[in-house]
Amino acid sequence: MDFINAIILLLNFTVLPALTYGSQLALGAIFVTLIYGVLRFANFATGDMMSFGTMFAVLLTYYFQSLGINFGILPTALLTIPFAVFFMIFYMLTMDKFVFSYYRIKKSPPVQLAMVSVGVMFITQAIIRIVIGPSDRRFLDGEKFILKAKEFKEITGLNEGLTIKSTQILTIFITIIVVSIMFWFLNKTKTGKSMRAYSDNEDLALLSGIDPKKIVLITWTIAGILATIGGILYGLDKSYRPFVYFNNMLPIFAAAIVGGIGKPYGAFLGGYVIAFAEIFLTYAYKKFFIYILPDSLEPSSLVQLLSTDYKFAISFSILVIVLLFRPSGIFEGKKI
Amino acid sequence: MVFLIILVGIFQSWSIALSILNYCLISAVMTIGANIQWGYAGLINFGIMGYTALGGLAVVLISVAPVPEAWNAGGFNLILCLMIVTLMVTLIKFLLTKYKSKKNKIIAITSIIVFGILLIRSIAIPAIESIESIDPAKTGFLGGLGLPVLFSWIVGGLFAAGVAFIIGKIALGLRADYLAIATLLIAEIIVSIIKHEDWLARGVKNVIGLKRPAPYEIDLQNTEWFINLVEKFNSTKLKLINTVSERQDILAKLVIDASSVFVKLCFTSLFLVVVVTLLILTQRALYSPWGRKMRAIRDNEISAGAMGKNVVKEHLLIFVLGSAIVGLAGAMMVTNDGLFTPGSYRPMRYTFVIWVMVIVGGTGNNFGAILGGFAVWFLWVQAAPMSIFLINFFTVHLPETNELKIHLINSAPYFRFLIIGIGLLIIMRYRPQGILPEKIVKH
Repeated sequence: MDFINAIILLLNFTVLPALTYGSQLALGAIFVTLIYGVLRFANFATGDMMSFGTMFAVLLTYYFQSLGINFGILPTALLTIPFAVFFMIFYMLTMDKFVFSYYRIKKSPPVQLAMVSVGVMFITQAIIRIVIGPSDRRFLDGEKFILKAKEFKEITGLNEGLTIKSTQILTIFITIIVVSIMFWFLNKTKTGKSMRAYSDNEDLALLSGIDPKKIVLITWTIAGILATIGGILYGLDKSYRPFVYFNNMLPIFAAAIVGGIGKPYGAFLGGYVIAFAEIFLTYAYKKFFIYILPDSLEPSSLVQLLSTDYKFAISFSILVIVLLFRPSGIFEGKKI
Repeated sequence: MVFLIILVGIFQSWSIALSILNYCLISAVMTIGANIQWGYAGLINFGIMGYTALGGLAVVLISVAPVPEAWNAGGFNLILCLMIVTLMVTLIKFLLTKYKSKKNKIIAITSIIVFGILLIRSIAIPAIESIESIDPAKTGFLGGLGLPVLFSWIVGGLFAAGVAFIIGKIALGLRADYLAIATLLIAEIIVSIIKHEDWLARGVKNVIGLKRPAPYEIDLQNTEWFINLVEKFNSTKLKLINTVSERQDILAKLVIDASSVFVKLCFTSLFLVVVVTLLILTQRALYSPWGRKMRAIRDNEISAGAMGKNVVKEHLLIFVLGSAIVGLAGAMMVTNDGLFTPGSYRPMRYTFVIWVMVIVGGTGNNFGAILGGFAVWFLWVQAAPMSIFLINFFTVHLPETNELKIHLINSAPYFRFLIIGIGLLIIMRYRPQGILPEKIVKH
């Protein structure tokens, strides 16, 4: 019994939150890695672009709520995804046309494109703050919990409760769907294959008749979908605050690099690596050990490896370690 | 630029103008630091925030008076921990040279690290707790050395240089944009350590009332010669007032204003000395054989390497030098503010804005870097009043109660991001070398 209690404890406080957070990071990391692989620059506007898409979802959620439209037990924000994605892609393509395309055609070095993306970051941040303001917003409605701790205890008769938030299940579920569709698209369809060919070798791809304009358009479209959905899921799970989104750029970058930059599959797993490391290293295992160890060995301290203040620092340290020992990432991405 | 600052002095107040000028000078030092990395050597360092914070930390650790109770409570244990860390590092270094087989090496090193961390935790945690419990509202940290604050500027540079050396060893092999990300993330680690290790510098509880290299306003207001000086400057104005008591009142007000201006002038002159010294040094370095070598490495690493230049060593050297200058700027900034607030070190303000300064001003040109520091900082501060003026101008036909107008005026502070972003994009597009491009002197 104690053993099951210990497992439930870990599930409730580490595995479920890590899976959720990891999914959110994974979506962002695939976005980074796609832009890096196909368009060849590190996009410093990542966090703000995610925030931009989420902003539309928040505004549309408020609008829908004022019209009385809702999605039953699911959050209204899910209904707004198509519209938010549309706005997001439109914005990305505008930025690409007026800003990025010039440097791409000139074949500028990636550093210059990265600096340009810093400019785009400033502008995006300004637009977001002018339109919606910097404050904290919650836009989750519908059913909040699928399973409450109390109900779980009553059903199973265990000491430990298991709380499953609807946003956690939604995040994991939607991420799996989106990512599998994306991988199917990249690996099986002709357009996806031409995209990968373009990413591997631009000149060869041009020779075999691949239209670079189409590739760029499709890349931004996929990026827009990933960024918006990732942002909305994060906002539903926690809350929407522009500053936090900007900061999320850093673990997302870490995830993309840890997985091997330019490899969508690596980025997907990188997100989970970062999330699990952050949560497992900062969780206090005292209660867990009380359950599994005999009474005589009970720990007196919290058995916490690192204080939760260092949550972000952990993901960055993982990045540093990976850079030191395996600079191309776990999955052998592009050479960096 | 000077003209603009004088305009602020006339229209807003001289005190504001001088504080903008001081910050412009500090920004100029930071941009010189970033510029010698990016402009001379082509190294992209987004970790400026981290070095600025380290410079600030140096001010606290050097100039604040020590807290003897805290030293008694846990100082010995912490010094012991420091010794264990040095021992660990030397042991690991020794093992790296001794073991040939990779497997043994990894096992030995991991066991040293794990064992060392456990040992340090068992020693340090009680010590830290006892230090932090000593008068947490005022101290709760070890305090500094109580040395003059100007000394800490040098130490700030040294701190930053030391950390930059380690970071450079780790990250300098990376390709440019990955170096940017890696340095940014490492800077975040540094800031989060400073933020959360309360025993070191009180963390997010901030350290206030730091020492100053300039006199305090309140002392000045009671000093004879200063009051006389103010009276002399304003003698024509004071003569117009007849009654004695009124004259006294106005004089008192003038003295208060003048004292704040005087203090800021002291800082300005100190900062000017630093900026001018750095400018002379960097200009000389730029046109020396060493500067030519750096440019050769920047423009073509492979051929410079083939010519027998040690690319790795030179990169590390310039990375350390540039970071040291940024650390100096960080120390200057904390001294100017008189308080150390680790929570305020954010990448937006301390990395990206500084980079905009470098790009806008002119990469590889020290005068350009200073101009960029001045221009962008001025815009950053004055963007809000300017945008309020513009909003009022364009919405003049709308009634005061119009929702759009109210919303826009409330969000005026955020227009600075827009202005800076658009400015950066325009410069990058139409003048990629910056306002003052790099000048190559031919011999």
